[in-house]
Amino acid sequence: MTGSMVNISKRWGYHGLDALKKASPGYLMLMGAFALLALAGVAVGLHGMVTGYHYVYGVSREISWGILISAYVFCVVTSTGLCIISSIGHVFGGEAFMPIAKRAVFMSIIFMLGGFCIIFFDIENPFRMAIYNVISPNLSSNMWWMGTLYGAYLVFMIIEYYFLLEQNHSLSRLMGFFGLVVGIAAHSNLGAVFGMLHGRPFWYGPYLPIYFIFSAAMSGGCAIMFVSTLAWKINPEIMNQRMERSIKAVCQVTIFLISTIMFFTIWKIVTGMVSHDKSLVIMALVNGDYAINFWCFEIFLGMVLPLFLLLRSRGNNFNMIMWATGLMMIGIFFMRYDIVIPGQMISVYHSLGVEEALDTIKYTPSFHEIMAALSGLAVICFAYFAGEKMLNGHQLEKHEIVPEGGYICPGCGAIHFMEEGETEEDAMKRHHKIW
Amino acid sequence: MNFPKIDLNKLKNEGTESVTVKERRNFLKLGFAITGVYASGKILSLSSVLNDVAYASGGADFVEKYPYNPHYSMVIRQSLCIDCEKCVEACNKTNHVPEYGYRTRILTRKYQGQLDKKVEFIPVLCNHCNDAPCVRACPTKATYKDAVTGIVRMESKKCIGCKTCMLACPYDARYFSAERHAIDKCDFCWDERLSKGETQTGCSSACPTGARTFGNLTDPENIVFKLVHQLEESVWVLRPEDGTKPNIFYMKGNMVSVDNILKGQKFIYTDPAKS
Repeated sequence: MTGSMVNISKRWGYHGLDALKKASPGYLMLMGAFALLALAGVAVGLHGMVTGYHYVYGVSREISWGILISAYVFCVVTSTGLCIISSIGHVFGGEAFMPIAKRAVFMSIIFMLGGFCIIFFDIENPFRMAIYNVISPNLSSNMWWMGTLYGAYLVFMIIEYYFLLEQNHSLSRLMGFFGLVVGIAAHSNLGAVFGMLHGRPFWYGPYLPIYFIFSAAMSGGCAIMFVSTLAWKINPEIMNQRMERSIKAVCQVTIFLISTIMFFTIWKIVTGMVSHDKSLVIMALVNGDYAINFWCFEIFLGMVLPLFLLLRSRGNNFNMIMWATGLMMIGIFFMRYDIVIPGQMISVYHSLGVEEALDTIKYTPSFHEIMAALSGLAVICFAYFAGEKMLNGHQLEKHEIVPEGGYICPGCGAIHFMEEGETEEDAMKRHHKIW
Repeated sequence: MNFPKIDLNKLKNEGTESVTVKERRNFLKLGFAITGVYASGKILSLSSVLNDVAYASGGADFVEKYPYNPHYSMVIRQSLCIDCEKCVEACNKTNHVPEYGYRTRILTRKYQGQLDKKVEFIPVLCNHCNDAPCVRACPTKATYKDAVTGIVRMESKKCIGCKTCMLACPYDARYFSAERHAIDKCDFCWDERLSKGETQTGCSSACPTGARTFGNLTDPENIVFKLVHQLEESVWVLRPEDGTKPNIFYMKGNMVSVDNILKGQKFIYTDPAKS
């Protein structure tokens, strides 16, 4: 038993509970706080399940998807995004993106599991789901495809992660490819769950599936930078030159993606303003109930501030990147909330002009809902901090694909390429400009 | 069969002047039949009566085909509704609807500046759409279109409670029932009345003014058939833009012509000056 543990420790960089024992008391207290929060959230969620969600949740007949669905969307968007951005490296061979792969895939799995924790407390009969999703599938339902494909996605990601640990690069690449395809299919289906609801003009149309994919990539870039720079705070040793270059590359891609989402958002607002059906919702976002959510969180924290800070950081200033992406994660949460809730605020009978449907419908998350959503997020944080220690910063072993003709530089850890007739030393000197 | 041999090249062109109106109509009908068979045999059979009504008012001689038999439907004569809510009470009692939910309700529309009316009541319920968005959205087929009657029904044990159908429904006809552990909705009282041999739903039998008329759209003697198949008063559905092909029809229902049809007096002329 001990022998195999040593073996795993060597091959996978798995340091087990020993690594946790060595962690500082502050670190353990932080982990403990997240564990407590997760347990408290689960307890409150189970209490709600026993009492009946109807009595304790803020959702109603008209607004039947609340903060739990928003948090679920947040988690799975981030998970898919982590998969998309990391696949640039370990699936498509973008060398600069390779060092982030292991942490990204690990976090992708964790975010997905966190999302499942949250949806567990939203679905009224989660146990029936396991049975009837299999024996009574409705192939025309986006919800069915979304659930099924996300299940498959999780399986692919776990297998991929196993092969990454095993350093079986061809199989991890294959699984990564399947995971990416299934993940994108699943995620666009999540967009279509909203986008194919006729009666909801704010959601209806092809916009959301497309937006979700780009938004996922943006969230993924943001999350990778956040978890990597936070890991650097925890253990500065994880930053070698290859990681630095990787962060810089992710930073560039994320800047591009934030700009794309800004573009999407601008046109969503402008086109919505001239649409009779959507303008009420758009005005609630621009100048109404959701204005603080929209301007302060979605626009400022989610896009403008991170864009500015990431540009300022030039991809080198990790402190700045950490703050930018950390705040951006909060902004992104509100971005999801601003899609899910306002889409339901107009009654389907509003256009009929009846008294009952003149006003917009209000929703306030209840204590039970907030705690159940926090349980999933706390699970993610707990698993992240545990993973950083137990898996030794996801860094010990080389897990990246080294292209042919390349080698890992012992000095900086980056992949260098030798030219013909060149020795490794010459190549290193050339790369590092030591003449 | 023997066909006479005709050399088309030797035939004289008769021109179109000699074609009678009747022949033209027959030719057009033939065209409809062919497109019906080849282009949309299936689509046609799925199409709702709304399309057929449109055809009917277009003047084409068209025999309606309804996808279900009995094709249950409700025609709501809006002007007759007085908001007594007896239908809602009857529904709640018949179907054991909990106090936080409802299967049907009556909406109120207020007017200003009209001479005859200041307020109008609009009963709403599940529209039992032929192209139901809730049925498409349900991941586990817990809600389905009954193959015989066209009623959108629930198989409660399959409902996972994801609430997608509640949002998919453009008529707000669904709610989650904690007692049933499933989504609950109007089933035209199938479980409680129709399947036990009754012919009316709880709400339609409770309605004191006849605002709610329930029946079988395939039966020419049935009141809903008569109310839908007339030209004088317009018949509409709610949210036609969603393309759901609903089976709840609305009309004002206060014109003499409609009464005449219901009495079987089809072509009686009433002079407004005399009456």
